[in-house]
Amino acid sequence: MTLPPAYLVGLGGALGAVLRFGVGRVMDPVAFPGGTLTVNVLGSFGLGLLTFSGAGTDTIYLLGTGVCGAFTTFSTFSFETVRLVEDGRRRDGVLYAGGTLLSALSAIWLAWFLVAR
Amino acid sequence: MDASDQSQLTLAGLVGVSGFVGATLRYHVSVAIPGLGGTLVVNTLGSFLLGSFLYVAMYSERFGPTTRAMISTGLLGSFTTYSTFAVGTATTTPFLAVGNVAATYGLGIAGVLVGRRLAGVVRKRTSSDGVSAW
Repeated sequence: MTLPPAYLVGLGGALGAVLRFGVGRVMDPVAFPGGTLTVNVLGSFGLGLLTFSGAGTDTIYLLGTGVCGAFTTFSTFSFETVRLVEDGRRRDGVLYAGGTLLSALSAIWLAWFLVAR
Repeated sequence: MDASDQSQLTLAGLVGVSGFVGATLRYHVSVAIPGLGGTLVVNTLGSFLLGSFLYVAMYSERFGPTTRAMISTGLLGSFTTYSTFAVGTATTTPFLAVGNVAATYGLGIAGVLVGRRLAGVVRKRTSSDGVSAW
């Protein structure tokens, strides 16, 4: 007996969102959007581990699409990038957008190195 | 546990419920549009909706912390995803990877800017009518 995929993703997503909320509470008061950077890199690493380890379909739905998918966020990331540039911090905006991508891709490469090598 | 811990816990619960809805909606889009395209759609749409919502919130001070957390952290935070975008980028061909990054970043930022414009137009219209809609 197993739940339909939509529920597995939803349940995982609820947990991922609450965890991201928790990280935001801890890391919010910094000038640079470090909370979002942290969740996006950690979550990309987690999804990389799951993807390369050949986890089963239900595990991918619950932990991958659900938890890691919802723990990370793109909408907050793009909003924060625009806000940095709006505040006249163009360089920080570029660093933030580029740094998130490079860090996330490096984390995924590390996950591949650890699991699939 | 004092009253503020209590309200943080309530807020976390509401973020969880709205996160459930956002992730489920993302799943349905991924079924309708599999692969990189579905992720691009949720991230573009979610960035536009978040931009519209947060700029309206900023201009009007209309929404309280609970509504903000539910819409922005819960619903749209979960609806959009960075990890699926990044893993999709890392596991496709180099040509598609570059295109995916350019499209996702470009449309995500454009989505926020269109949302900002929309929030500005709505603000101007409601104030020129002499009616304070906010």
